[in-house]
Amino acid sequence: MMTFLIILVVALAAVALVQIVRIFEVSNTLTPAKEEDNRPSHKDNDIQGKILFVLGMLFVVFSVWSIFKWGGYILPVSASEHGLETDRLLWITMAVIGFVFLITQPLLFWFVYRFRGIKGRKATYMEHNNKLELLWTSVPTVVLAIIITYGIITWGNIMNPEFEEEPIVVELYAKQFGWQARIAGEDNVLGNANVRFIEGINSIGIDPNDLNGLDDIVTSELMLPVGKPILFKFRAQDVIHSAYIPHFRLQMNCVPGTVTQFAFTPNKTTAEMRRDPKVIRQISGINEIREAKGEEPYEFDFVLLCNKICGAAHYNMQMKIVVGTEEEYNQWLKEQTTFAESL
Amino acid sequence: MASEVQHHEEHHHHEETFLTKYVFSMDHKMIGKQFLITGIIMGLIGMGMSLLFRLQLAWPDTSFPILDTFLGKWSDNGIMDPNMYLALVTIHGTIMVFFVLTAGLSGTFSNLLIPLQIGARDMASGFINMLSYWFFFLSSVIMVASIFVPDGPAAAGWTIYPPLSALPAAMPGSGMGMTLWLVSMTLFIASSLLGALNYIVTVLNLRTKGMSMTRLPLTIWAFFVTAILGVLSFPVLFSAALLLLFDRSFGTSFYLSDILVGGEVLSNTGGSPILYEHLFWFLGHPEVYIILLPALGITSEVIATNSRKPIFGYRAMVGSILMIAFLSFIVWGHHMFVTGMNPFLGTVFTFTTLLIAIPSAVKAFNYLTTLWKGNLQLTPAMLFSIGLVSTFITGGLTGIILGDSALDINVHDTYFVVAHFHIVMGLSAIFGLFAGVYHWFPKMFGRMMIRPLGYAHFILTFISAYGVFYPMHFLGLAGLPRRYYTNTAFPMFDNLADINVIISVFAILGGIAQVIFLFNFFYCAFRGKRAPQNPWRSNTLEWTTPVEHIHGNWPGAIPEVHRWAYDYSKPGAKEDFVPQIVPLSENEEPSGH
Repeated sequence: MMTFLIILVVALAAVALVQIVRIFEVSNTLTPAKEEDNRPSHKDNDIQGKILFVLGMLFVVFSVWSIFKWGGYILPVSASEHGLETDRLLWITMAVIGFVFLITQPLLFWFVYRFRGIKGRKATYMEHNNKLELLWTSVPTVVLAIIITYGIITWGNIMNPEFEEEPIVVELYAKQFGWQARIAGEDNVLGNANVRFIEGINSIGIDPNDLNGLDDIVTSELMLPVGKPILFKFRAQDVIHSAYIPHFRLQMNCVPGTVTQFAFTPNKTTAEMRRDPKVIRQISGINEIREAKGEEPYEFDFVLLCNKICGAAHYNMQMKIVVGTEEEYNQWLKEQTTFAESL
Repeated sequence: MASEVQHHEEHHHHEETFLTKYVFSMDHKMIGKQFLITGIIMGLIGMGMSLLFRLQLAWPDTSFPILDTFLGKWSDNGIMDPNMYLALVTIHGTIMVFFVLTAGLSGTFSNLLIPLQIGARDMASGFINMLSYWFFFLSSVIMVASIFVPDGPAAAGWTIYPPLSALPAAMPGSGMGMTLWLVSMTLFIASSLLGALNYIVTVLNLRTKGMSMTRLPLTIWAFFVTAILGVLSFPVLFSAALLLLFDRSFGTSFYLSDILVGGEVLSNTGGSPILYEHLFWFLGHPEVYIILLPALGITSEVIATNSRKPIFGYRAMVGSILMIAFLSFIVWGHHMFVTGMNPFLGTVFTFTTLLIAIPSAVKAFNYLTTLWKGNLQLTPAMLFSIGLVSTFITGGLTGIILGDSALDINVHDTYFVVAHFHIVMGLSAIFGLFAGVYHWFPKMFGRMMIRPLGYAHFILTFISAYGVFYPMHFLGLAGLPRRYYTNTAFPMFDNLADINVIISVFAILGGIAQVIFLFNFFYCAFRGKRAPQNPWRSNTLEWTTPVEHIHGNWPGAIPEVHRWAYDYSKPGAKEDFVPQIVPLSENEEPSGH
């Protein structure tokens, strides 16, 4: 029945189209083509100018409205020290581009409306204006110079951080389709590793002959102490993955054959994040949706995602990260087994 | 003069068969149309794929029987297979970037307009031009064929980073599908180079008398610089593809090192996938401008003509095209801020990348000023050009965030990137393509398109374009990664499901809107109203050729050019346009230079 109805609708639509075409053709032959007919009339310009003006303004209104509507979904305050810096840079940049956006877009659509080719309109001939052009070359240059300088300084601080104490070395190991972590242990030095050592319990290929590796701790869930600098080292087993922890404002690719790194300091514990008003608001919104779908409520956790296409289950490659106080972290460490113990 | 006439006479004695006129044509106008129609067909396939994966993204748990119809064994009871999802986004990207917006846009309009606007009988080499199209055709056929191989088409993303793309054990799409992808792209590169060399030679050598470089319409400047970009960057992609082919087939280790996949340790050591990324993006970034510059060139011409005003700041426009082209070669590293390359390079690439904002701002302001105090003739082409200025500004501005390495860390590879490049490159270029089609349709087919349908097409396309891509900024800032088959694996993204539904609804609306265009295009190509010789009262040379195409373009001698292309509403002139072939009247000041 459904199929029949669909065929019927398609057939009727085709008939309608043919009829419209015929009407059009007949009207075409009745009115011989004049050259002016091909150009929009004053009336066309009037109507189209108004429509585009309204559409453009609707877009501008929509873009502002969406900030209020969806602004709450974007990431809340970051949970890492450098994240505070990048967030500040982000909001300053946003303010600049938002300002330019809100000037140029309305201006564009206003010009379309104001200078639409209605009756009696004449264009003004002008080729160029050196003063104006100098103005809009130099102003963006100055603004960009500031943004570039600020950006480069921030980037330098993130990539070459100066910590007061030696960072705790942790390896994040990626493979299709999951993560593992390796904490460097008491000596804070990771043992050598290579996929060629992978065998049985040695799932991430630690060199069993390297003494530095014996106290390494391999886990599938990671805990980090708050306020302590962490140096992440990244390895990948098969293809490129990307370690992305949105709340830490942290991302680095994991590249087979290479070790990459990223250092940072988490500055909020998981518990603190769960008490943060913005996080509470987001989570309660999410839980309303989950409840409506009959799913279990969700509690905030830091999560490590894969952000480089890596295969079929790329969309579901995650690891929970807990940030705790130093005592909680030390307690957790004691419960873990070292590589030597596991052998 | 006498030899010119004789030359043209010879062409008329030469009988053309169906095969030489429509298929193996060496006439630049026919080749342009071939590129356009192939591009439209590829565009339909690319857009259709995007609609399929938009269904999956908005309603991941819903069963769509239509997916079974289109995807066959890759869909189980109306639920898409994750590998197929990745294949769809990969082939969608490849087709849109290369086949539609490179060949379909630049191939069409460079071919059609370069000889017509500079006053040449044809391209420097008609034969090479024909080869360029047929390499492109073959490449399109192979790319489409790759969709149907048993293991599915390439699925490692349109950037096909190894090792994922190098190892069939890593994903099914990296088998036969990837081999065909590489073969297809190799032919595409050949096509692109043949075309580009021809464009460069033609612009440099075949300009008519009086057509100095500073009198060239901005379209030609854009096509010319685009061709140079292509010649310098596509060979690098070829080398990247060649090395990948070696790694895949002959056991070399250019990109592979220390890999365990499918339970087996590979013997490769010493290679680096980062090398591939450098080679790829050395083409990949100029490629963005290979796509965008022709669209900007078309817009310059359409906006000036329909504002009935000279393009504002012609020299600054040419200067900014050259500046953008130069900078585009030294910014590729901004695609690689988080690959682990030396942080110092991140600093350098942030600096060079953000510099591009300066010539881009100059272009945007010059467009605005061209509209100012104009007498705007709002044809569908003009509307799409104005739409382009809007998307160029919107998308360009978010580039300031992505080009800043410190900010890129958190939004890299998220939907923020998807929003940015679709708006600044995808939408701008497709709007430029539509503007070009509506504007030069009378020149291509000797007939007019139906204007009211053009208006309807623009309005729906404009609404759905922003409806699809603007909300994606929020998804990206919420941390949602791109290329996820579904977002349901992470509860933290549950509140974004509604936005995904809105995006998909707009995408479907946008898809439907293109039906209007298709009808308008194909109906009018055969049965549209006869076009007059110069329907838009334009100054450029192509409108001095007869409506019916003839081989050699002008029946008599090639006209001589006496002025620049932008004498619109010039004080003292009788009408509001003065074609380039009109000699300066007494006491008239030459304009533009």
